[in-house]
Amino acid sequence: MDMKVAKKKLGLKEKYRALTRDLGWDTTYQTKDAVFPYVGYEGIKIHDWDKWEDPFRLTMDAYWKYQAEKERKFYAIIDAHAQNNGHLNLTDARYLSALKIFLQAISPGEYAAHKGFARAGREFPGVGTQVACQMQAIDEIRHAQTQIHAMSNYNRYYNGFHAFADTRDRIWYTSVARSFFDDAMSAGPFEFMIAIGFSFEYVLTNLLFVPFMSGAAYNGDMATVTFGFSAQSDEARHMTLGLECIKFMLEQDPDNLPIVQNWIDKWFWRGFRVLGLVSTMMDYMLPKRVMSWREAWDIYGVENGGALFKDLARYGIKPPKGWDDAEKAIDHMSHQFMLGLYQWSFGTAFHSWIPSEDDMNWLSAKYPDTFDKYYRPRWKHIKKLADAGTPFKNYGLAKLCQCCQLPTVFTEPDDPTLTCHRETVYKGQKYHFCSDGCQHVFENEPEKYVQAWLPMPQLFQEPINGDLGAWMEWVSLRDGKDNGDYAGSEDQQNFEAWRGLATTNQ
Amino acid sequence: MSTVFIALQANEETRPIIEAIEIDNPQAVVNRQPAMVKIDAQGQLVIRKSTIEEQLGRDFDLQELHINLISLTGNVVEDDETLTLSWNS
Amino acid sequence: MTVAAIREYIGVPRDSVENFGGKQIVYASWDRHLLFAAPFLLCLPPETRFRDLVDGPLTALLQADPDAAAIDWTKVEWLKDNQPWTPDFDASLAANGIGHKDQLRFRTPGLNSLSAAA
Repeated sequence: MDMKVAKKKLGLKEKYRALTRDLGWDTTYQTKDAVFPYVGYEGIKIHDWDKWEDPFRLTMDAYWKYQAEKERKFYAIIDAHAQNNGHLNLTDARYLSALKIFLQAISPGEYAAHKGFARAGREFPGVGTQVACQMQAIDEIRHAQTQIHAMSNYNRYYNGFHAFADTRDRIWYTSVARSFFDDAMSAGPFEFMIAIGFSFEYVLTNLLFVPFMSGAAYNGDMATVTFGFSAQSDEARHMTLGLECIKFMLEQDPDNLPIVQNWIDKWFWRGFRVLGLVSTMMDYMLPKRVMSWREAWDIYGVENGGALFKDLARYGIKPPKGWDDAEKAIDHMSHQFMLGLYQWSFGTAFHSWIPSEDDMNWLSAKYPDTFDKYYRPRWKHIKKLADAGTPFKNYGLAKLCQCCQLPTVFTEPDDPTLTCHRETVYKGQKYHFCSDGCQHVFENEPEKYVQAWLPMPQLFQEPINGDLGAWMEWVSLRDGKDNGDYAGSEDQQNFEAWRGLATTNQ
Repeated sequence: MSTVFIALQANEETRPIIEAIEIDNPQAVVNRQPAMVKIDAQGQLVIRKSTIEEQLGRDFDLQELHINLISLTGNVVEDDETLTLSWNS
Repeated sequence: MTVAAIREYIGVPRDSVENFGGKQIVYASWDRHLLFAAPFLLCLPPETRFRDLVDGPLTALLQADPDAAAIDWTKVEWLKDNQPWTPDFDASLAANGIGHKDQLRFRTPGLNSLSAAA
């Protein structure tokens, strides 16, 4: 029998070095430039890739161990949810609209991020960077899969979940998230890291995942809490990677600063627009609310984002250009979105509704300067139309922003009573925007954004040619089931009937 | 001074970890929200392996934190014994 | 630089007028009437008389607003490309100089049932 020799365990730092840098090699029969052809054209200068350090120093062996543990926890809860009619524990089935938006727009974004990080991991020459990107690529596909799996439990009982892949490709509002990720993936590897790793993950996802998942818990949605927190446990690593990447670029060469600043300006605004819909999920779609969008913004935007940009000031980084306009929009955006969603609900694969008197009182308490003055009068009028048997449906399709692809629902930063109209002419064609921020993004790279596939104008082109019925079929939207007001919907009737069965002996 | 934070899932595994963080960071503020706990601290937050092990009563690898981590902010510095979050401002 | 790319790159616009089967896009919106969440997208032949745009699709779309019945179209103030502009109601969109994807805005001072003072 061999003598058992006590092997000295490697410390965190040595292990990280052994399992990242020591796995790298120098090219011999091809030049480094030929192997990594996309790392230079964006203008970012890197002198020493070994300066890249993952602060968590996570290595692949530990990664698999912890991810496996997360999966076991996830499936234990998903199984319990499915076995115990977990869907009947929801506070109210109207809450599911938020999940439908999540499944149609955000889960496909996770999959897109997976593809993007797989590509970035191949295109960066540094080994530490490659390993970090590889982990994040695997994380992101795990997120897409666990989300789809968790929400499939709701698809057995409720409408609007059945065709998320068609919805992702074809319905109008999902093009907002899709264009965001397409924009990032068609950029170079450094810009991709700023877009997803820094702006989206570090500056903005706290606003999506933290209060929203806590909200899911508050509303009895075990399935979402589980996938949300399981995904979120990876996000802390992603955020740290995003911050590490930006510091690395800024420390490598002073010439990188203006390029990085320009990307921060762009991707903060792009991310702010994409995540804007979360404001509506928080303020309107959670039957029981943890905090308002404004309160979440104050914590995760103002306090946290503010601290971050103060920290980065030592490199010469300034807060993003659109920061002030974002702040001015916070007390308006959830109302502007929900009013839009309600009037266009014939074309959404989720339900919307008129807020109850209680809900409106909560909104007016949370938005004392804006709700009663600007938005309650509109809801009251809409309620009057519904009570009269002539519910408000706006069949005028919406003008979309050429950059973020949202309907141009936003008002002037300093005048909440006037729609923000912005337009420009490029090569003889006219283009419209929702804001100065989106117009700036377009004007920096017009050849990219002229190609935008805008769902509304597309509806009037081949093959739909303006036929709303044909469009519904094409996007797999079942009229009268998936769309319209929650009040009177099949989802509402079923939820109430099943919950009645579950809680009585009828 | 800017605030750093760490947010953890609220469950049996994190209860002793949160207690350890409170011991090591008397200035920290613990916010309990549905299904999660968010710990805020001015300027810096230190998480020590040895304090967690005392609370937990077993060996603990700091990387186990990843399993129940929800979010954090600040610059991360990690070695075998401590994980520190801080802002340089 | 019109796009960051490894070589020359030319984008192809998806919404050029020739893709609309002889029609064009016109955007219309009623200033300070935000019951309608965004400007309307209309798709019409360029030969459409301006009056038919107003009396037809536009009037139909505006019905939900409590001020709709009180609009006096002879007094409405118009903007095109965000500049003051006067339409000829009996001329076509083309003869009025309304190009593909032009934005028309109109104002009705005094009518503001649902709008707070700015």
